[in-house]
Order: sequence, then C-alpha cells, then structure tokens
Amino acid sequence: MCTYTTVKDTVDGSAKGPGGAWFHVSDVTVYFDHPVHAMAEHTLNIDFTDPGRGPAARVAVELTAESAQRLVAAIQSALAAVPAEMRV
Amino acid sequence: MTSYPDTSPGSLFATTISVAGHGGDQIEAYLARPAGDAPRGGVVVIHHMPGYDRETKEMVRHLAELGYDAICPNLYSREAPGADPADASAAVRARGGVPDDRLVGDVAGAAAYLRSLPGANGKVGVIGHCSGGRQSVLAACRLDLDAAVDCYGAFVVGDVPPGLDIRVTNLLPDLPQLSAPLLGLFGVEDQHPSPEQVAELGRILTEQGNDFEFHSYEDAGHGFFAVNRPGYRVAAANDGWERIAAFFAKHLEG
Repeated sequence: MCTYTTVKDTVDGSAKGPGGAWFHVSDVTVYFDHPVHAMAEHTLNIDFTDPGRGPAARVAVELTAESAQRLVAAIQSALAAVPAEMRV
Repeated sequence: MTSYPDTSPGSLFATTISVAGHGGDQIEAYLARPAGDAPRGGVVVIHHMPGYDRETKEMVRHLAELGYDAICPNLYSREAPGADPADASAAVRARGGVPDDRLVGDVAGAAAYLRSLPGANGKVGVIGHCSGGRQSVLAACRLDLDAAVDCYGAFVVGDVPPGLDIRVTNLLPDLPQLSAPLLGLFGVEDQHPSPEQVAELGRILTEQGNDFEFHSYEDAGHGFFAVNRPGYRVAAANDGWERIAAFFAKHLEG
C-alpha cells in the first residue's frame, strides 16, 4: 500500500551524506511506506534533510517496523542515561 | 549493418523530452514510440510515489513494444529537476505530495502531446500503479480520455486517516464524472485498497453504469507488478499485463 502517512518535524544536527560529506540537517520526515531499497514490503523511513541544499542533501534510512521500534527504545535509553546538565 | 533510427518491424525508440504540463510549466517526460508511421493510440503512464524511476520507464517501453506511443511525465520535475528519483520523491513528499489539480494538468499536457504526434489516432489511455492508480482514476474523471487502468490505487474510495502531513483525499466526489472505461487490477492480500474497498468501488461503478472490469489476484498483495520488489508476483503480473494489452487494444486502436 501507499500509506501516505507522513510526519514532519525540525531537527538540529549533522549527517554524513552524499559523497561522504557532512552537512547540517534541519528537517526530518518520517513515514511508513514502501522502501526503495530494503527488502520488505513496508518500512519505517526517515529522511534527514537540508531542503535549502536541494533534494540530494538527504540521509535516508529504511527500517522494518520492529527494528524501528528498537531504535526508538535505544534512543530513549541513551538519552535517559545522560545527566540533564549534559543535554545542552 | 543496421542504420539508425531502425524502422524495421518491432523497433522502438525512447527518449527524454520536455512537455507543457499544468499551468504551461515545462516538465521532463520519458517518451517511447514504436518505429514506423502506422496509426497508433497513446498511453500516459503515471509513476508511483517512489518516483520517475528505471522500473517505471521500463513500463513505458513495454507499452511502446505493445504498439502505443507512451509517455511518463516526471511529476517531480518542478521541485527536484535532475535529482535521483528517490531523492526527488522524498523532497516532494516532505512538501505534501503532488496536488491533484497539478497532476491532472500534467496528465492533460502529456495526453495533448501524444495526440500531436505523427501517426496518433487521437485515442489516449492512462495507467498508474500504487499512488498512480488513484491518480489514473482521478485523471479519467476530470479529463477526456479513452481508457484508464488502476493498478492497486489506494484511497479511490475509503476514508483517509486524519492528521497526515500529505494531501490526499478519496475520489468519491469525482467518480460520477468518470467517463472512460476502467480496468482495475488488485491483489487479494492488499489492504490499501482492501478487497472490501475494491468491491465498494465496483458497486459504485455498477450503479453509475460505467464500463469497467476488475481482476483481483490470489497470492498477491500490493505492488505485484514491481519486478524489483519482494511483493512481485510473476503469475499475477503476467496475467495483469495480458489484461492491460487486451484492454488497450479494445479501447485505443482504430
């Protein structure tokens, strides 16, 4: 199916993108739909982008639903272990 | 030694061109034509949400091999000219997707281009897969076309979940304007559209008196025509291509 499910937000950080170059990322798009590369019918897809640099300024991941949930838990676990004063 | 362009039977050529789309915008398009000057119909191919990719261009050439002038407008030309198809798709998705009015304008421009070609018999059909399936039905509701093929398009009927950051509605308001014959190809294991939604669409078209035929394949889900994806189902795809060939032969020749 095309779920059309799309969630957008802003982020502030960097990603290593095309050609191995780092670039600042300002936007993230999250959607559950057909992957381009992963061998699954549907995946949780995340695009980290800088729209000002054009469509190619993108780091994309396609994760199975189960592995995406584990990623969420891993991120939360890692952040939970960080003292509040370090989160700046 | 063969000279080019080769015009012997079975030859075809394919090229990238620019056509006037919605609002007169010049957009990229992939065109494939059978060689020779025999009269032929035309087919507009609407690419799926993942974009104007190699597999879609292969379908365009397949339709030329069947004897039609076929064209696929790059629906993402405006936002991402020259970009990798996957990057272009991501960029357009992040901006909310392709607006319906623009899609219709781009298909109208592509159809007009086909009708202007030497040898064109004036008949034009449309085909799309996935999101393009819905857009194929949409185009056939709003434009004067001779045949339409919907390959597992979601949200032709059915409710769109609220809160999406992408513009999509069902086509219930448009369906009364559907004038072209419609071929629908679906997978029984698909949930978007589900078998119940396919049945609902069939009921609506029956009540309206439309000319349509639907085929739903067992052991097939969404995307069964996609040769490079795990959902590819060879039996369903082979039969589907035969149905497409017969349908366009019936409605686009002469």
